[in-house]
Amino acid sequence: MRIPRRHRPLLASVAALVALYGVAALRYGDEGFFTLQVFINLLRNNSVLGIVAVGMTFVILSGGIDLSVGALMSLSSVVIGVLIMEYHWPPVLAIPAALALGTAVGLGMGCIIRFTGIKPFIVTLAGMFFARGLGFLIHLESVAIYHPQHEWLAMLAIPLGAPELPETVFLPITAILFLAVVLIGAYVSLFMRFGRNVYALGGNEEAALLMGLPVGRTKAWIYGLSGFCSALAGVVLTLELSSGSHIEGIALELDAIAAVVVGGTLLTGGVGSVFGTLVGVLIIGIILNVMTYEDFSAGLTKVAIGLLLLVFVVLQRLLTRGAARPA
Amino acid sequence: MTLEESRPAGLRGRWAAARHSPVFWPLLALVILLLYNIIFTPNFARLEIREGRAFGSLVDILQNGAPVMLLATGMTLVIAVAGIDLSVGSVMALAGAVAALLMTEHNQSVPAAVIAALAVALLVGAWNGVLVTYVGLQPIVATLVMLVMGRGIALALTQDQKVRFEVPAFEFIGTGAVLGLPVPIFIVVGVALLVLLVLRKTALGLYIEAVGSNARAARLCGLRVHAIRLLAYSFAGLCAGVAGLIATADIKEADVANCGLYLELDAILAVVIGGTALTGGRPYLLGSLVGAVIMQTLTVMLQMRGVITEHTLIIKAGMAIVVCLLQTRALETVVNRLRQRTGRKPVPQARST
Repeated sequence: MRIPRRHRPLLASVAALVALYGVAALRYGDEGFFTLQVFINLLRNNSVLGIVAVGMTFVILSGGIDLSVGALMSLSSVVIGVLIMEYHWPPVLAIPAALALGTAVGLGMGCIIRFTGIKPFIVTLAGMFFARGLGFLIHLESVAIYHPQHEWLAMLAIPLGAPELPETVFLPITAILFLAVVLIGAYVSLFMRFGRNVYALGGNEEAALLMGLPVGRTKAWIYGLSGFCSALAGVVLTLELSSGSHIEGIALELDAIAAVVVGGTLLTGGVGSVFGTLVGVLIIGIILNVMTYEDFSAGLTKVAIGLLLLVFVVLQRLLTRGAARPA
Repeated sequence: MTLEESRPAGLRGRWAAARHSPVFWPLLALVILLLYNIIFTPNFARLEIREGRAFGSLVDILQNGAPVMLLATGMTLVIAVAGIDLSVGSVMALAGAVAALLMTEHNQSVPAAVIAALAVALLVGAWNGVLVTYVGLQPIVATLVMLVMGRGIALALTQDQKVRFEVPAFEFIGTGAVLGLPVPIFIVVGVALLVLLVLRKTALGLYIEAVGSNARAARLCGLRVHAIRLLAYSFAGLCAGVAGLIATADIKEADVANCGLYLELDAILAVVIGGTALTGGRPYLLGSLVGAVIMQTLTVMLQMRGVITEHTLIIKAGMAIVVCLLQTRALETVVNRLRQRTGRKPVPQARST
């Protein structure tokens, strides 16, 4: 069977994931790496990264980059914390407010990129500082969240099987949100006009413009979408930690870019998929897991993720060098 | 430069020439900012001499601004060759950590520690350069990796601890004074003079501009584009290393988690304020230095008014957008459209992108 050229990076990533999972399972076999519970924990522990990475996938597919995701994520978690704890808003209102704020900041950056032609990286770098500063302006310290509704939401889980049996595993809300974002993202990218426009934009912006596609509008909304995903990741963070935190999300942008690239999306734009990003997130999740098992320090973990990203980007370079793509 | 030389002599001609000089607008902004502070910020202009040494906000700006000025010097060259270096802040932390560890845990002499730290910084810069040139990665990605990895390596080396030291000879780099002025100022002036000399008096300045303006044309002219880019990145790493040593010596400890944090935006902003185009082209080093002083004046001013460091990030982010806006054609287009509507002559488009 001949595999279409454009699916090869994704297949390579899947192969890498299977190999990695196999090796990890062999090495830590006694700790049950092959059980469903471990897999669900993997989804759950990486839900923040995963949701951010789906938004980042659209940005990178369009040929751009978004450095503000970590800061926006942490801003959104702080906003939820402050709204619930200091202004006594119910979470039902606080969460949509944070999502709206994240989308608005993202869309604002998108509009600046669209209307001024300033490069995405400098706009989103400024956006990252803006979001960090705004977070500190709203509240100087991290906020712990205690609210019955919020707690109820955080405990929400779907039993896979009969709930009364002891061996039944539960799919927690954070993992559900992650999977939902992946599914919706995949649907949008494959079957909706917006998604097709994103691919067209990343493939060749001029051609997309000449084809009459709404390049400007799409560009602005891509960053709005990424902002929404970051804010949603902030919501997930509050569910996981029960606090709005400033220190989370530093260097999250690198992890997200790494997940997208490891998942087979080309940094030059136009080629890649949301499902690939899911695979990329799982690969990075397993590596992070292994590093915790092996008791690596935080610094070394960062170095490892950086090296992983580097290896994949260099591989991409080598693979695409043959194809006629101007540097 | 031909633009200025072709102007008629005399006072009007001189004024026109000055107005077209790239340093004019940033310098004007700095003067306005300083005047505003001298008038409205209490104690800003106070300058006193204690124990043969000058103290005051103005000296503080130059002393604490030294790291940003050094970063901006390196960044000017990188941006001039159409690149970007996001890793400078992390390289600062790494260089500081290497020097501090060598002096404390390995009992090395000060010169050995300084040379080793600078060598590491140079190596990191060269690594960035190789990834961008010979491997062909986008500058943002290659240096973003180093932004995270550099601090990661520094954290791993110091085992997440701050490294305190008591080495007067090393502290001199950060807190010492010569002729009543802090040592960091002399370091900045020395480095800047060296770079200016190279840019103005050797062919390298022209090569850098050529590579940034049109890399393809430069290559066809027989320039070794990769080598020139590699040189720019290596030099930016070295500058970041020097900045890291100053920052570390200043507080007598290597604080890996905070050293140089968020400084990459300051450096990029300083360069953009100075007039070097983000798309590459002619480097305006003096403009970048003025830009760095503007950034530091802003920081000091906000600090003196009781604004917390984290909040200044918002203002800097806003400035980044405004300055970029002024640099791109977008604003010119809007202004011209307005002028056309009011029946006035459009402004000639001065800068080509």
